[in-house]
Amino acid sequence: MVPKASFDSYYGRPVLKEPAWASPEVPGYLFLGGLAGASSVLAGFAQLSGNRELSRAAKAGAAAAIGLSMLALVDDLGRPARFMNMLRVLKVTSPMSVGSWLLAAYGPAAGAAAASAVTGRLPAGGAAATAGAAALGTGVATYTAALLSDTAVPAWHEGHREMPYVFAGSAATAAGGLGMLAVSPAHAGQAVRFAVLGAATELTAKSVLLRRLGAAAEPYQQGLAGRLMESGEVLTAAGLAGAVLAGRSRAAAAVSGAALMAASALTRFGVFEAGRASARDPKYTVEPQRERLRSGAAPVA
Amino acid sequence: MSTESARLLTLAGTAPGLDPAARAGHLDHPPRMGFFTDTSVCIGCKACEVACKEWNAVPENGLLLTGMSYDNSVGLGASTWRHVAFIEQIGRPGEAPALPSSAAGGQAADGSRWLMSSDVCKHCTEAACLDVCPTGALMRTEFGTVVVQQDVCNGCGYCVSACPFGVIERREEDGRAWKCTLCYDRLGAGLEPACAKACPTESIQFGPVDELRVRAQQRVSELRDAGVAGARLYGEDPGDGVGGAGAFFLLLDEPEVYGLPPDPVVTTRDLPRMWRHVATAGAALALGALAACLGGGRPRP
Repeated sequence: MVPKASFDSYYGRPVLKEPAWASPEVPGYLFLGGLAGASSVLAGFAQLSGNRELSRAAKAGAAAAIGLSMLALVDDLGRPARFMNMLRVLKVTSPMSVGSWLLAAYGPAAGAAAASAVTGRLPAGGAAATAGAAALGTGVATYTAALLSDTAVPAWHEGHREMPYVFAGSAATAAGGLGMLAVSPAHAGQAVRFAVLGAATELTAKSVLLRRLGAAAEPYQQGLAGRLMESGEVLTAAGLAGAVLAGRSRAAAAVSGAALMAASALTRFGVFEAGRASARDPKYTVEPQRERLRSGAAPVA
Repeated sequence: MSTESARLLTLAGTAPGLDPAARAGHLDHPPRMGFFTDTSVCIGCKACEVACKEWNAVPENGLLLTGMSYDNSVGLGASTWRHVAFIEQIGRPGEAPALPSSAAGGQAADGSRWLMSSDVCKHCTEAACLDVCPTGALMRTEFGTVVVQQDVCNGCGYCVSACPFGVIERREEDGRAWKCTLCYDRLGAGLEPACAKACPTESIQFGPVDELRVRAQQRVSELRDAGVAGARLYGEDPGDGVGGAGAFFLLLDEPEVYGLPPDPVVTTRDLPRMWRHVATAGAALALGALAACLGGGRPRP
């Protein structure tokens, strides 16, 4: 039965268009891009402290992650052959434009840093590339929050204050997890600490976000998105516990690291699905706007 | 809005209260052109839908029987650039019957009425789709309208999520984003858009936006004086969340009844705050990695 045209909606139809972005390409990129950027940051500081094993693993991981990211992003375009049009202009009003330029600079830097570390060649060039990738990596790991928030999608837009911290924290969790997975526990202490800081940040920021949203937090708490977010939290807790308790056990550290990486991915997929759900149901668009008009508040919060 | 938002929007080429074509760099441009769609005289003939599809060679996109009154095109999209909405409001107790003329929506004695409205791209003064487009495919024409350059668009889909009205969409097989062009090719030849030309009741009025606003204000006063209390303008106010629309409407009920958002706000207004949080989160990521790597990376015994 078609729902009657009520006074709240037009036959229950969505007001907004559902995001054109496909899963797993785009939420997969959110995860991989965050992993890459944060790994480059970790690699930079690990190298400064003399931890060659961790920095090499982090660099290799960053390069692999960003390589996969590029494939996912180009594949998601409606006209993949025109991907170079992303560099036609630079617009600060478009997080995707800023991100494209960031990636154009970061990708080669991360690749060069990894190549130098793995082959041992051109150490000076490798150091410069590592520094560059670390600096740009802070942007790569966080700009995607602005990308999602700078839309009309209620669950994403309303979370725009906290989202960068959720993403930064999630990225650090993933990068720390990769470090724990890839190097022996003797060298992974810094990765563990990075993961702990990341997880704490992510969980705090997420809780602030949901609390601020109030009733509008529903898309994050129900349905597929709710299940993904909750699984992410469970795995974060499990991974953290494992990280702290693993001690010398390589296997335990690796499992914990993998759990933390999976947790980061689940969070990204959860945020993505929450956005889709909030665009699909007209009430998430209409009700807050109607409430704002009723209370006479200014549109810019 | 904040001066920062205004500055950012100025950089983007759109800004509230200013002439969008001039801000986009068109010197010596013609007056801003748009639509005033007076839904109180719409008869639901759909000549506008047909004329638009014929002139623009918009592909057929579904031969449906939706059960949504006489609406079988469902909503605006990549292949529907004019969409006629039908809302049957049967028996509204407590309403004083308006004039029996069709100009007042043809209310029956029991207050029943049948609302009809031709929806279209709003060609916003502050256009979110244009702001977020990373390739520069979406542009502001000399007429103040918003148009997709189809030879540039690579189908990234960002515009789809940014539009607060759910207008623009990616066309499936084609891959690119499509929407109403306000018949840019016809305007250049001094002609009116196809839908305005075909409309038999002049529900769709085309002309300079300034002139249309005067006409619309007169019309809404006329209707209110005649006892049509629900008559209102939508998208006409330059102080609204999108800086006013180039294509605005006279509605006989709340916007959400027609599937329109009650108080849409261009997402770009919050972008300066988003970038600030991205920068802070990026800095926090770096500080977190620094903190995690303090105490050196030498292996634990």
